[in-house]
Amino acid sequence: MNRFIVRRAFQAAIVLGLVSIFTFLIFQVIPNGDPAARLAGRTATPEQIAAIARSWGFDRPIYIQYLHTMGKIFTGSVISYTQQINVVDQIRRGLPATISLAIGAGFIWLVFGILVGLLSSLRPGRLLDRTLGFLALTSISSPVFVIGSVALYFFAYRTSILPSGGYVPLTDNPLHWVEHLLLPWISLSLPFIGFYSRVLRGNVLDAKHEDYVRMARAKGLSSRRVLVRHVLRNSLIPIMALWGLDFAGVIGGGAILIESIFDLRGVGQYAAESIQVLDVPPIMVIVMYTAVLVVIMAAIIDVLYAYLDPRISLNA
Amino acid sequence: MNDGKHLLEVDDLTVSFETEVGRVRAVDHASFFLNAGEILCLVGESGSGKSVMTSSLIGLTRAENASFSGTVHYDGVELISAPERTLERIRGGQIAVIPQDPMTALDPVLRIGDQIAEQIRAHTDVGRAEAFDRAVELMDRVGIPQARTRIRAFVHEFSGGMRQRIMIAMALSCDPRLIVADEPTTALDVTIQAQILHELADLCRETGTALILVTHDFGVVAELADRVVVMYGGRIVEQATVTDLFDDPQHPYTWGLLGSVPRVDRPRSARLPTIAGAPPSLVRPPTGCHFAPRCPHRFERCVEVPLLEARLPRQPGHRDRCWLNVDEKRRLRLVGGEIGLASGAPRTLA
Repeated sequence: MNRFIVRRAFQAAIVLGLVSIFTFLIFQVIPNGDPAARLAGRTATPEQIAAIARSWGFDRPIYIQYLHTMGKIFTGSVISYTQQINVVDQIRRGLPATISLAIGAGFIWLVFGILVGLLSSLRPGRLLDRTLGFLALTSISSPVFVIGSVALYFFAYRTSILPSGGYVPLTDNPLHWVEHLLLPWISLSLPFIGFYSRVLRGNVLDAKHEDYVRMARAKGLSSRRVLVRHVLRNSLIPIMALWGLDFAGVIGGGAILIESIFDLRGVGQYAAESIQVLDVPPIMVIVMYTAVLVVIMAAIIDVLYAYLDPRISLNA
Repeated sequence: MNDGKHLLEVDDLTVSFETEVGRVRAVDHASFFLNAGEILCLVGESGSGKSVMTSSLIGLTRAENASFSGTVHYDGVELISAPERTLERIRGGQIAVIPQDPMTALDPVLRIGDQIAEQIRAHTDVGRAEAFDRAVELMDRVGIPQARTRIRAFVHEFSGGMRQRIMIAMALSCDPRLIVADEPTTALDVTIQAQILHELADLCRETGTALILVTHDFGVVAELADRVVVMYGGRIVEQATVTDLFDDPQHPYTWGLLGSVPRVDRPRSARLPTIAGAPPSLVRPPTGCHFAPRCPHRFERCVEVPLLEARLPRQPGHRDRCWLNVDEKRRLRLVGGEIGLASGAPRTLA
């Protein structure tokens, strides 16, 4: 276990280094990427731009700039170019909304993904399976901004059953918290439900043909017990791995579109706004924050995997 | 026929499957019986319907594309038409199964003890701890060392022989009256195949459990069986007590099987005799006798399906599906003084 943790920490450091370097370099090569010109405004003279570049350090070699930024990130004093406010504080402010979105949606898509997948697998090829399969493919292939907009149109604009956006902290008013998050949760979940249900359906159908499932029946176990204890138990292991990574992605601010459509002012929306104005420091921090979450989640999944499937060793 | 004397009585069992290539009749009008405590060996080539027949006895082949006719009576209960509930009670409790491949028949993510205990608890009203104690006892009995600690291990931590011993322990766990073992040693190392089979047979004799043993190995049949059923192309072609089958085999296919057994008491000939040709397709089986296309002794009548009948007055339980008359059979089956199937092209049909 200790060896595992050390190895994972080492891997995490490498991932963070690479991710931060690539992110930093991207902004050096994209057009209009020069932060000094952007900070100086449209009507700035070359002299003014040069002065800004000098005071922010944009005129120094790239690797110096990179190290400089990284140093600030790790001391928590990194400032955004456009708003000139502390990026870490800004992210911290967005976290409750993002975490609320991730936990609610993650729960919904896991439960419904499993339910729909199980329903499909009961009688494969029959009407129910084909209908659910069609719906799953539809939801997988619908972009979340379409799903989100359609949901907004029907539930907020046409009928005003639900609010059209914004975030209310859970501690302020739990009911309003749910009301504001319901549409984002569902819109974010739909494609995941489609995908998970298809994966689970396949796993269940594969597991049903395994010898140990046949043997479980030969032992005289009831079909429900065979399904739950032998078929499902084995089919859910890969689902758990998928869920961990997807969940980490959303908590890491990956639900950029959903957060923006519903104006949740979470980490993802902050990322979206920063990208629009090519504000490098927040983007760097968010990307690295996401990477850390994904790496940690992957490690947790590996530990869980080894626990759930004893054939897997952590030290392999 | 069904007078209730026998532990298991299969009467005219037919099992067919609707497949993409057509209707496959995997078991074709099979009838046999088994007495309590008896060991019955079921012999035949791959694809002859042995596994389908044994799994169908306890409803394991039930599927949307499967259809059944005939009856299977176990201890007064008809199993083919029995509801799933009844079968669940009988499976594992009264009729236990030992699978072909113990590598894949155990759930990889559950502890061995849990897998034995769950069967015990499905059939008897005992608590978890008690079921575990029983599992330890069983593992001890089938020769797994340190059963108390090994019970917490997972499948991949056991060798092939140990896994099959676990399956035997599992089969014995609810004191069944019948164990169906489907080629229980084909997946194992040759060196321990005989050992495991003998252990299984001994345990059955000790406990008075009847055993249906599916096997390819005539050496095993000679040593362990009380009675033998020979299958070919989905049909039972011959059944007899083990002595009658070896001394007075009636079906040419049985002759071929007996003739192809290696003998250590004879000088080794260049090649083992084989039966020319391949087993029939069950989608488009030959009309009449399924063995006729490979049989050197076939004649006009072989286009009719031979009935599974007792043809020898002194051996009432000895039944076969062959139209040849008994005297002719006794002459034809001798190849160089030994029982065997004459080689060479089959006589052409008139």
